[in-house]
Amino acid sequence: MTWLRHGGIAAFIIRRLLLGVIVLFLVSVLVFVATQALGDPARAILGRDATPARLAALRSELNLDQSVFGQYLAWASGLLHGDLGNSLAAQQPVSQLLGSRLVNSSVLVLCAAVISIPLSIAIGSWAALRREKTFDNVSSNLMLVLAALPEFVVAVLLVILFATTVLHVLPAISPIAPGQRPWQVPSELILPTATLVIAVAPYVARIMRASMVEVLESDYVEMARLKGLPERTVLVRHALPNAIGPVFQVIAINLAYLAGGVVVIEYVFNYSGIGSALQDAVVNHDLPVVQALAMLIAGVYVLLNLLADVATILVTPRLRTRL
Amino acid sequence: MSQTEEAPALAEGVRTPTPPGRSTTLVARAMRLWRTRIGALFVLILVVIAIVGPYLAPHAADEFVAIPNSPPGGDAGILGTDYLGQDVLSRFLYGGRGILVMAIVSTAIGLLFGVAIGLVAAYARNALDDILMRGMDVIMAFPQIMLALVAVSLVGANAWVIIGAIALTTAPRVARVARGAAQPVVERDFVAATESMGLSRVRILSGELLPNILGPMMVEASLRLTYSIGVIAALAFLGLSPDPNGANWGTMIQQNQIALSTQPWGALTPIIAIALLTMGTGLFGDGIARTAAGIDRERDDE
Repeated sequence: MTWLRHGGIAAFIIRRLLLGVIVLFLVSVLVFVATQALGDPARAILGRDATPARLAALRSELNLDQSVFGQYLAWASGLLHGDLGNSLAAQQPVSQLLGSRLVNSSVLVLCAAVISIPLSIAIGSWAALRREKTFDNVSSNLMLVLAALPEFVVAVLLVILFATTVLHVLPAISPIAPGQRPWQVPSELILPTATLVIAVAPYVARIMRASMVEVLESDYVEMARLKGLPERTVLVRHALPNAIGPVFQVIAINLAYLAGGVVVIEYVFNYSGIGSALQDAVVNHDLPVVQALAMLIAGVYVLLNLLADVATILVTPRLRTRL
Repeated sequence: MSQTEEAPALAEGVRTPTPPGRSTTLVARAMRLWRTRIGALFVLILVVIAIVGPYLAPHAADEFVAIPNSPPGGDAGILGTDYLGQDVLSRFLYGGRGILVMAIVSTAIGLLFGVAIGLVAAYARNALDDILMRGMDVIMAFPQIMLALVAVSLVGANAWVIIGAIALTTAPRVARVARGAAQPVVERDFVAATESMGLSRVRILSGELLPNILGPMMVEASLRLTYSIGVIAALAFLGLSPDPNGANWGTMIQQNQIALSTQPWGALTPIIAIALLTMGTGLFGDGIARTAAGIDRERDDE
């Protein structure tokens, strides 16, 4: 196994993948134990006044009559085969129920990522360049305040500003009808996307600023300037690639956070995605849907962290050569 | 998130010794910054409203006052009425206590466990460290709000379930920061010295390591409190609070959101309250972070 420790980038990625698989396995055990093995899910679903016959029927549907280990195996092998079980509320396969919602949520998160990442990198870098000047002071304080606001507060404030009370330019809710795709109704995407951007951009911008400030004070940037390189080249070729390393981690954490944060935002805007599906499932005690979504969101987190680690290594020569 | 942005550099040659009572001086020093003062002021106002508000409320929280969604003025009181014709001002004055108590209790529990786990992991420096931190990674794979939702779906919107879920998701994030801050301290000579004096492990962790990471931990505490307030308010907003009909800022926003165009105050008042509260804890934490970074920098210069 020594080659795994000193095998360069490929071995690093394999090592990181293995770790990711182990974390996912533990996550699945945790989800299973929390949702199925503890307590009595059948009673939680049917309520206290359920008849014994209905309880027994539901228990066998949920495989609750098998041993705990057997239950886990049945559930986990279903997960691996893409069989997420049947939704108890909608009486249809979970994958079918979540399919289009997953697309809707992905579009939302993707829009937010595509806008917020370049925007926050630009704001952070510009603030670092104009350090302690007006732009830096204004943007730093603004980012600090925005970062503290819970996202549903931002969402409702945006609705007040642009949809209901002050201006009436955008729709207040964004119900994506079944069969409709979010990009067919771009105006309905604006406010939810803006909320997500405001939820994420402050963190990335602040890290970018801190990282850029450090890099701009470094010897090699001074060297590049002394060599007489144009300022543009110094910034784009020398400073930016070095400053962006730590930012990947924060971007990954925030994108993973978005996967969970969409719950509340989708609820505010009545947007038909996985977040509102989770909220519905929680209210209806729809266990298979809760399990599937918990695994999905945790999986996204593990995957994004993995990508961030690899990206950090790839853009940081110092770390790359140490492998 | 990196709150370790540069603090204003102190004049050279000014030697300010750091006395043992570090945390109080840290807060006192942080108070010289405007952002800390503003943050503290916001928090103070909202905490006072949450505590004494119920005694000042002109009406009971569930008392019918005037026609639902009447705008301010006349019988409807200075902030109007909500979707059931209850007084918005009174419900606002009643609605802070629950959120604040739950947020403080859950953050405190999460901090306690997080710091303990982080310190044990940093001090262990062996397989135990890896096991603890990988365990924390697993819990961190669940966003706070999602884990709270799942817990509520299984057990019900009991106050202790919500507190437990938030404490559980707070602890690993705190543990990471505590471990990171304690790692360099563990390597320092005075820790080895206390080890050779035969002090117990508990004494070393609580008496030697903990005082040296108080700065970052205070920053983390205010950051975590900001998030806990947000999550608890968001859960109430989603209709999941211990008392779904009780006065609660999060619940108020949800209930009065429909009437935004005619009677915005029903939703706007609690929104402003939550916004000021989280902005306050955020600004306060940033002030502490800047001050702590300044103190650490001085130390390095010594």
